[in-house]
Amino acid sequence: MQKRWWKFAAIFLLIYTFTAGLLTDIPHLPALEQTIRNLYFHVCMWFCMMILFTVSVVNSIRYLRTLDLRYDIYSRNYATTGIIFGILGYATGAIWMSYTWADPNKPLSESFSTLAREPKLIGAAIALLIYFAYMVLRDSINDIDKRARISAVYNIFAYAMLFPSIWIVPRMLESLHPGGQGNPALDTKDIDPGMRMVFYPAVIGWTLLGVWITTLKIRLSLLKEKKLSQ
Amino acid sequence: MKKTRQLLMLFVSMISTTMVHAQEKNDFEKFMRSEGRSYVVVAVMLTILAGLIIYLVRLDRKITRMEKEK
Repeated sequence: MQKRWWKFAAIFLLIYTFTAGLLTDIPHLPALEQTIRNLYFHVCMWFCMMILFTVSVVNSIRYLRTLDLRYDIYSRNYATTGIIFGILGYATGAIWMSYTWADPNKPLSESFSTLAREPKLIGAAIALLIYFAYMVLRDSINDIDKRARISAVYNIFAYAMLFPSIWIVPRMLESLHPGGQGNPALDTKDIDPGMRMVFYPAVIGWTLLGVWITTLKIRLSLLKEKKLSQ
Repeated sequence: MKKTRQLLMLFVSMISTTMVHAQEKNDFEKFMRSEGRSYVVVAVMLTILAGLIIYLVRLDRKITRMEKEK
């Protein structure tokens, strides 16, 4: 019997996010107004991506220590789901940005040149491109053991590059994103307590959903592997 | 065949009850129309979430069945 309780937890937390996230009270912020509710969706995408990439790199290290190909499959699938959540974070950010940072008196295309300077946008694009390169690199090597070893080492480099490109550099430059003064998402004094009651469950719920999707992909890959070896 | 007919009946009854409710303007209807009708958005989002979760659960079961066959 498999342990299934965390799947129910994921469903429950997401239902909670979708209802409480839209209906609970929020502090009045002049620039953001109701769009601050995107904290439960847009920001959670990036949290989920970061956690999935962390699991991926841990599995890469486990592969390098044991040379068990199972860990290579784990690390590949966690990275794929992480990329999907990253793309979703980017897409939702683009929508949010169009209605908050963009100048409402000018057409959106004219605000593009100022918004494209946003360092977190560039940093996140670099980070995602490094992970796209991980997929290209993997799938271009035919030898299974060589592929697993090279991509495991590359994955560690890709993970290391995440920190300067999305955590450090955007906070050193002038940025429209919050975060220059510290770590707002985790700082207990920065987020409104009412919003924190939804934000942290939302992060856990989205992450569990990501893990669920990944475990399905892993099980499918393992089945394929079994079929090939028969 | 029996199952599809049952499902169809359920569906028809659901539609007819919602139509009756729309005419009566009962509490549920008032609730949905309050707060600038934002509860409609909540309902839409929950429906999408439910659809995605049902899809995932079905996929999960299918893969479990495939694993047991081996």
